[in-house]
Amino acid sequence: MVPEKQSQNFRQRWLPHPLLTLTLVVVWMLLLNSFTLGGFLLGTVLGVLIPIATSHFWPGRPLLRAYGKMMAFLGIALWDVLVANVMVARLILFRRPESLATRWVAMPLELRSPEAITLLAGTISLTPGTVSSDLSADGRTLLVHCLDAPDAEVAVRDMKSRYEARLMEIFP
Amino acid sequence: MAMWLEFLISLLIVVSGIFILVGSLGLLKLPTLMTRLHAPTKATTLGVGGALLASVAFFLGGERTLSVHELLVTGFLFLTAPVTAHFIAKTYLHLYPEERKTLPVLPEPQQGWSTYVASRSPRADEQQDSPHE
Amino acid sequence: MIEYALIFGFFAVSVALLMNLWRLIQGPTVVDRLLAVDTMVINVIALIILQGMYQRTTLYFEAALLLAMFGFVSTVAYCRFLLRGDVIE
Repeated sequence: MVPEKQSQNFRQRWLPHPLLTLTLVVVWMLLLNSFTLGGFLLGTVLGVLIPIATSHFWPGRPLLRAYGKMMAFLGIALWDVLVANVMVARLILFRRPESLATRWVAMPLELRSPEAITLLAGTISLTPGTVSSDLSADGRTLLVHCLDAPDAEVAVRDMKSRYEARLMEIFP
Repeated sequence: MAMWLEFLISLLIVVSGIFILVGSLGLLKLPTLMTRLHAPTKATTLGVGGALLASVAFFLGGERTLSVHELLVTGFLFLTAPVTAHFIAKTYLHLYPEERKTLPVLPEPQQGWSTYVASRSPRADEQQDSPHE
Repeated sequence: MIEYALIFGFFAVSVALLMNLWRLIQGPTVVDRLLAVDTMVINVIALIILQGMYQRTTLYFEAALLLAMFGFVSTVAYCRFLLRGDVIE
């Protein structure tokens, strides 16, 4: 199928990262803070040119399926950020620092793609009393610091079922 | 401006002020660096996010202009807060190796945490990365 | 009503900045100081936004955006310097 191959080459050459292009146009419009046709055209030109100019830095395209599930994941994460903040605020205000069960937790990862692990680490950092601190050298275990976790196993199981399982569905 | 909108904006400002205050109080009160790291990354980010939302509502309701800059700042802060926290934690682990004894042991102990293993030369890093592409 | 809320906001952020300053001066380790400065940058962004509402102008948001970017980049650069002894390898 020659025409199809040609069109694929065309896309790879001139539109290597459609999502990046879309993000750039949206950010440009937000920066302008008003909608004008000229601004939109300039944003589109920039959004097409910048991915072409930088395409050598990221040869692979992050695979993403299930955009709907992605949105659901972001919604859950945002809600958890709110809950987490109230929880951490309560811990700071009303608990004596000595009574907190702070501990390091090692969380074995089933995700393999770097994008998915980055997203997981970021989500963990923003949610309930946990900060992701380091990754093992082989990239299969995440080091998490918990502010108040009486039981390490329960903390790991919660994080795995709440975030990692959902991310497994989004990223292949 | 409508009464309920005014009330909502005031509530957002007050709540975000409280969150910012609590985050900084945590930074002051908690005993060790790793526990201190929890307070500002969460509470302060949410506090600033709340203030920015209040600002969007304020200019939309009061001045009748839709200002979307704030969303950009909020998004940027939410993207960067985990990265900053991760870097600070790594730096702490790197500078204070005595913390290493308290870290959990990996399933394969020869692998180790990357902060302690990554002291190879940059050349070795490049060679490791190349098959990935 | 919003004026009073804003005054409370100014008060809260100022007290928060003072607390951060105390941690910056006292902080036992250099990482504590770094964390204090990073928090101060975020608090100053909040202060700028509140001031923008107080003066009813959207002029300050570019300043807030630039401060957010510079705060992030400088924190990460300093962390890298402490980690590797070099910022750009």
